[in-house]
Amino acid sequence: MIPISWYLVLAAALFSIGLFGVLARKNAVAILLGIELMLNAVNINLVTFWRYNAPAEVTGQVFAIIVFAVAAAEVAVGLALIISIYRNRKTIVADDLDMMKW
Amino acid sequence: MATETLIWLLPLPPLLAFFIIVLFTNKNKKLSHIVGVSAAALSWAGAMVIFFRSLGVEHFGEHPFTDSVKWLPLGNSWLEIGVRIDPLSAAVLFFVGITIFMIFLYSVGYHNFGQPKGDHDKFGLPPHGATVEDENGHKHVVPSVEPMYSRFFAFIGLFAAGMYTLVISDNLLTLFVGWEIMGLCSYLLIGFWFAKKSARNAGIKAFITTRIGDVFMLLGLAFLYSTTGSLQYEVIFSEEMIHALASVDVGFLGLSAAGAIGVLLFIGAVGKSAQWPLHVWLPDAMEGPTPVSAMIHAATMVSAGVYMTIRIFPLLSAGWDGHTLTPAMSMVAFIGAFTALFAATIAIAQNDVKGVLAYSTISQLGYMMAAIGIGAYVAAVFHLVTHAFFKALLFLGSGSVIHGMEHGVLHTGNHDLDPQDMRNMGGLYKKMPVTFWTFLIGGFALSGFPLVTAGFWSKDEIFADAFAHGHLTVFITLALAAFLTAFYTMRQITMTFLGEARTPEAEHAHETPWTMTTPLVVLAFFAVTYGWLGIPEEFPGLGALSSNWFHHFVGHTLEHPLPTFEFSWIPLITSFTVSLGGLGIGYLTYRNYKAGAVDPMKKLLGPVYHFIENKYYFDEAYNYLFVKPAIWISEVFTNKMDQGVIDGILHSFGKAAFAIGTVIREKFDKPVINEFIGDGTAEVVQIFGRKLRKVQTGRIQEYMLSAVGVLLIIFVALYYLVLA
Repeated sequence: MIPISWYLVLAAALFSIGLFGVLARKNAVAILLGIELMLNAVNINLVTFWRYNAPAEVTGQVFAIIVFAVAAAEVAVGLALIISIYRNRKTIVADDLDMMKW
Repeated sequence: MATETLIWLLPLPPLLAFFIIVLFTNKNKKLSHIVGVSAAALSWAGAMVIFFRSLGVEHFGEHPFTDSVKWLPLGNSWLEIGVRIDPLSAAVLFFVGITIFMIFLYSVGYHNFGQPKGDHDKFGLPPHGATVEDENGHKHVVPSVEPMYSRFFAFIGLFAAGMYTLVISDNLLTLFVGWEIMGLCSYLLIGFWFAKKSARNAGIKAFITTRIGDVFMLLGLAFLYSTTGSLQYEVIFSEEMIHALASVDVGFLGLSAAGAIGVLLFIGAVGKSAQWPLHVWLPDAMEGPTPVSAMIHAATMVSAGVYMTIRIFPLLSAGWDGHTLTPAMSMVAFIGAFTALFAATIAIAQNDVKGVLAYSTISQLGYMMAAIGIGAYVAAVFHLVTHAFFKALLFLGSGSVIHGMEHGVLHTGNHDLDPQDMRNMGGLYKKMPVTFWTFLIGGFALSGFPLVTAGFWSKDEIFADAFAHGHLTVFITLALAAFLTAFYTMRQITMTFLGEARTPEAEHAHETPWTMTTPLVVLAFFAVTYGWLGIPEEFPGLGALSSNWFHHFVGHTLEHPLPTFEFSWIPLITSFTVSLGGLGIGYLTYRNYKAGAVDPMKKLLGPVYHFIENKYYFDEAYNYLFVKPAIWISEVFTNKMDQGVIDGILHSFGKAAFAIGTVIREKFDKPVINEFIGDGTAEVVQIFGRKLRKVQTGRIQEYMLSAVGVLLIIFVALYYLVLA
């Protein structure tokens, strides 16, 4: 069996890529994509720990499915926000959206 | 290659084509269609190999090609997925492969490949034509190539992958996956010309309407899985399982568990196959390009609903003794027969050449459902296959007609004329001979023209079965629908092709290129000959020559033997009468139809015609019953709930804070601080604020960066202070 650490490294790498995307990309849609990557990294962790620690239960998978569902809802809301922002400001570059400053 | 491996590989070429076109070749129209069409050809070839190998297997019904793998671990059990080709799926695979390949080929011509780029064509709009100059310096307007040509082939490639997945599945789970892929593609392709508002709305309507059915189907799948622990055909349709399911009573409408699951799954098919009351999306789906109407909304996707209903026949018929129908079967029979007649009546008052075919499709699918409902599932499969051939042919033929008419429109430059309206056509048989003859064959097959066409044999089998088993209501309803079918088909042929041209555009119509006419000829071949495979042995005269191959081949899909019945003249004579009568009356009524004249049926039916022409106002009724309330609720939520209550609470917080602030200022700040300490504190605060406000850039990513930084510091600190 593949050692557990491989999966954890994969998940960590995916999480870091996602984090980088969230912090460095300027396009709001790309930021949303980064968030999705981070969520999926969490999913990998959940499923990995389930498979190695308690394979007789389905808890890890159920958690992962809940994360999917929440992520889908989150993307729907996020995209709706982005569309709404685009309609008002004609841009989705995160740096141009600085209405919240002093 | 082992047959099982080949079956696994079947959906792969179109799926790969989708990714290759989207990722690499989308800038190159020629490369894109080469990838798309050759993928379709590969899958077609694979499907043919599988089909002919399946013919060589003795007792194929008991020994189908199957293969499965463990896919998803679920605690102690596994979710298995796999492939299965039994007689039913082999028969379906045969027509799916051919129609998909033909429609891919047709799309090349339909989207004007080889024509120049349009003068002002935009993404999301149908091409408007391009001006070219010939050697003499004359300017001509010619059709222009579709701007989103590559995208079209990518989408139909994905669609084909979904359909193949559905057909080769050995379980309801992957069937559902293919089902949903097709639902997505249907949405994407109906709204292909997304800059048109009507196309956008039609796409959304199709998606939402089929989704209603899909929710019920998913419920059925969940119910089935929770009671049997499997979704594989082999397990769930086994004798013991069906028996066990049939003996559980769910306490609702007298349904057993098997019946309830069957009905839930059937509602999914009602959505997908556009049966009443979820039929409203299919006519609107004609907004898409015609190859899409042919492939998705006539030959393959809508057939998927019927295919699934045939698959779950053991569930629907659990506890059936061969005479009295189970409640689930009666429901299927009722919906099917009702839809068949209901849609046929609407079709007689449509003027859009594709609109007639759309309602005709709904009506024919109703036939199949009715046949399943009365237990004649082999007849249903037979009609499914023949219908796929002739309806794809008719749709492609109508696309060819529209294309020819658009040619005329470009010639005269009158862009207000609707090239799809049959009232503007007439006399096209001279201009478009190949289209005319193939359309005639397709139309006669649809009407059930006796003895020659495939439609006659498949419809006759349904009639004979309904009559022999005493389902007289179904029999009469279907016979009436068949009469109307022949009538509106002849009306369509007469208005479109016969007589004299009613507009200058129709005079300048033009035959379409070979990529469009070849599929018509191939499909016309099958629209005639396929029927000969299913001539019943009892049939007088011809029966002696026939072995009724189709019946024996598909009949062995399910284990229990099919009920046989005696030959009777009554259904046969009915079948002759309704088809020839309908065709004859249709021709006589419309042969002298002149430009601008009132439709002869309108004079005859008066106000009823108006009612039919508006599709019994189903769209309007649904608009008032469902769409308007949904919009009303969301408006109430935005205006009353969100802006009133939620914002109200937030605003009251603000007001409360402001009030407290005012009190403190008046009672404490001004009298106490100002009196005794002076302005020093305020100045210090102001200095700090000036320096610190630079941190608040308003840029969300910088906030996130600082949040991540602080978290890291906390984690590192925790690690070294607490754990280490």
